[in-house]
Amino acid sequence: MNAYIPVLLFIVIAIAFPLITFVFAWILRAGRYDPIKLEPYECGNPITSEAHDYRFSVRYYLIAVLFVVFDVETVFLFPWAVMFRKLALFGFVEMLVFIGILVVGYVYAWRRGALQWV
Amino acid sequence: MTWFLVHFAEIVFYSLAAVALAGAVGVIAFRSPVHAALSLLGTFLAVAGVFVLMQAEFLAAVQVLVYAGGVMVLFLFVIMLVKARDIPDEPQYVRRLVPAAVGLGALLAALVGVGIWAASGGLPADGAALRMVAGAPLGNTEAVGWSLYRDYLLPFEVVSIVLLVAMIGAIVMGRKESGRGGAA
Amino acid sequence: MRADLIALLPELMLATLAMAVLLAGLASGKARHGLLGAGAVLALAATGVTLWLAAGATDPGAHFFSGMFVLDHFAIFFKALFLLTAALVVLLSHDYLKRNDYRPGEYLALVMFATVGMMTMASGVNLAVIYVGLELMALSTYILAGYFRREVKSHEAAAKYFVLGAMSSGILLYGLSLIYGATGTLDLATLARVLASAKPGPSALVGVALLACGFLFKVAAVPFHVWTPDVYEGAPTPITAFMSVGPKAAAFAMFLRVFIGGLAPLAASWIWLVGVAAALTMIWGNVAALTQDNVKRMLAYSSIAHAGYALVGLVAGGPAGVNSVLFYMLVYTVTNIGAFGFVILLESRGYAGETVADYAGLARRHPAAAFGMLLFMLSLGGIPPTAGFMGKLYLFAAAVNAGYVWLVVVAVLMSAVSLYYYLRIVLQMYLREGDGAEPATLVAAPWTERVIWACGVAVLVIGLLPAPFLAAARAMAGAVGLL
Repeated sequence: MNAYIPVLLFIVIAIAFPLITFVFAWILRAGRYDPIKLEPYECGNPITSEAHDYRFSVRYYLIAVLFVVFDVETVFLFPWAVMFRKLALFGFVEMLVFIGILVVGYVYAWRRGALQWV
Repeated sequence: MTWFLVHFAEIVFYSLAAVALAGAVGVIAFRSPVHAALSLLGTFLAVAGVFVLMQAEFLAAVQVLVYAGGVMVLFLFVIMLVKARDIPDEPQYVRRLVPAAVGLGALLAALVGVGIWAASGGLPADGAALRMVAGAPLGNTEAVGWSLYRDYLLPFEVVSIVLLVAMIGAIVMGRKESGRGGAA
Repeated sequence: MRADLIALLPELMLATLAMAVLLAGLASGKARHGLLGAGAVLALAATGVTLWLAAGATDPGAHFFSGMFVLDHFAIFFKALFLLTAALVVLLSHDYLKRNDYRPGEYLALVMFATVGMMTMASGVNLAVIYVGLELMALSTYILAGYFRREVKSHEAAAKYFVLGAMSSGILLYGLSLIYGATGTLDLATLARVLASAKPGPSALVGVALLACGFLFKVAAVPFHVWTPDVYEGAPTPITAFMSVGPKAAAFAMFLRVFIGGLAPLAASWIWLVGVAAALTMIWGNVAALTQDNVKRMLAYSSIAHAGYALVGLVAGGPAGVNSVLFYMLVYTVTNIGAFGFVILLESRGYAGETVADYAGLARRHPAAAFGMLLFMLSLGGIPPTAGFMGKLYLFAAAVNAGYVWLVVVAVLMSAVSLYYYLRIVLQMYLREGDGAEPATLVAAPWTERVIWACGVAVLVIGLLPAPFLAAARAMAGAVGLL
């Protein structure tokens, strides 16, 4: 369990850092508000509409699903990588087959135009 | 102080469990679907913490990478896709679902109860034995890798075909039919 | 490792060829419907040859892949059946896809991937392998159900099938995890040993109950059948034909393997559950089919009812029960694919041919096709000299010998009820005149017609000379390796 002390420290710092920043900002800032200041920041441009006013393109969904598929594939690489030496050639070929099948999917998605934004 | 150290694991567990439950309640209590999704994120992360506590580090990593990362992105996209703000409240409809929800909830509670009760009596599979790799005790990720890539070779490779089919499905379902079948 | 790969060779081959079909489907061109269809059928045939060779080179009692995979006679029988089903469905789909103008590449590849999943299920003796095969089959089938994207009904079918299917998979997985938690193993033989050696606790029993619920959903048994009519109605008709025989037979393979194999020591606890489900399925499937005017929905309820008959064989158990289920799956496959082939022929005139009334007067206009449909309806109803009669005879005989007379009484009564709705179609075809100004006619679909002919001949041959087929089923089931 002691191996987790750095992780714990990391989490504490990660939470503390923005909190401290907020506190400092709260102390130092000038408290004058007007409606424009309270709007979400969009690179200085005036806001024309809200995010919910437009329906997002279904292509985002397609990209998200493809992302999840490759995400899962990546996850399978971790336990393989830590045992790479012990699994030796057997494990290497095995992973090659696994990735090869997904490369077929990748080629298919690419050729089918799923990665194109038209 | 010593009490704190002795019960450290329990304290962490119950804090994480509280966060997970609060997040789950938030999912159904928040009116905005985006807030509900973010609340679910809290549950995912707390569950990842519980996995760490049980020394299932690999599962914790999967929980963060796939659920808190991938699945959450998918949820948010879908929320934006369906314009969830425009879905009207239908109190009568919701009210009619209450008995079904209560019944299902009770059934689920009973089923989970059986699982907990069975587990509290000790499990036949020895946890320490499960992390032995070639005769030597190793970490969780190593043990998962060892058994996944040697004993479970066959299901592992079939999973890659399942992932391939999932990709095909997303593309077949998600892409606008570019003209009729002859085109594209 | 070499022996493992030989045992897996049929699946390896089919998966590789499915990927080839998928990529080949990307190329466009006028001839690709024919080329890809021919490629898929050849791939399935080549897999069949590979299966035969692999079976010859493999010891049926041996275990492969760390004891998770077998190529026993039981698996070989089901794999051959799945390959036959897939090939017939590919042939049925050819004209249909072309006429409706949908891309053939993904469609054919998905049918092949689903077949790989079903073959894995039939060979798996480890719950993890069986589950992964099941998911491969189910996921491919969800997509196929929604493949006709320009039709709202097809979308609805895919959505309902997916949501309910995912739910049932969740229930099934929870059952598996409880069983694993109680016994510490996923291997069916070890599971049987552990369950036999000690009195099982409540968590194992709850796990078995949940597993039964998940399996009953997959075979579409009452009370887990509600998805069936909508999905069968909305899916492209060749896919409906596929779902009603392929995944159903695969689910029965898994059901037999897990319940008669691994969970045999708990038989006293689950047998009444499955028996009651079988009775309810036969009663509800047949009664609900009576009122259906849409032929696809009628056949959907009929397929629910037939799952009920097959469950009777599962309840009977023992070598006789198992081999009667195997034989019945063969009979049901050829009959139902033939019947759906006829629906495809008639349906194509802008959806005119889906109601029972559309069948009026068909015997005069299309005597050969009507005779084929007559055979399939008689076979589904279980009238001699068709295959359906022999199938039911052996199922019910096995159940009577095992002492489940009450189930057989229900089954026979319900078979009598089923004659009403099967013969209703025959009546329309032979005795009624088409009253509309535009009577339904059959489209020209040469390959669909050939499949119907082949199925019709098979129904008669199995019905008149059942001995060699029964012997095959018996040789297969006798060596389930787990009885």
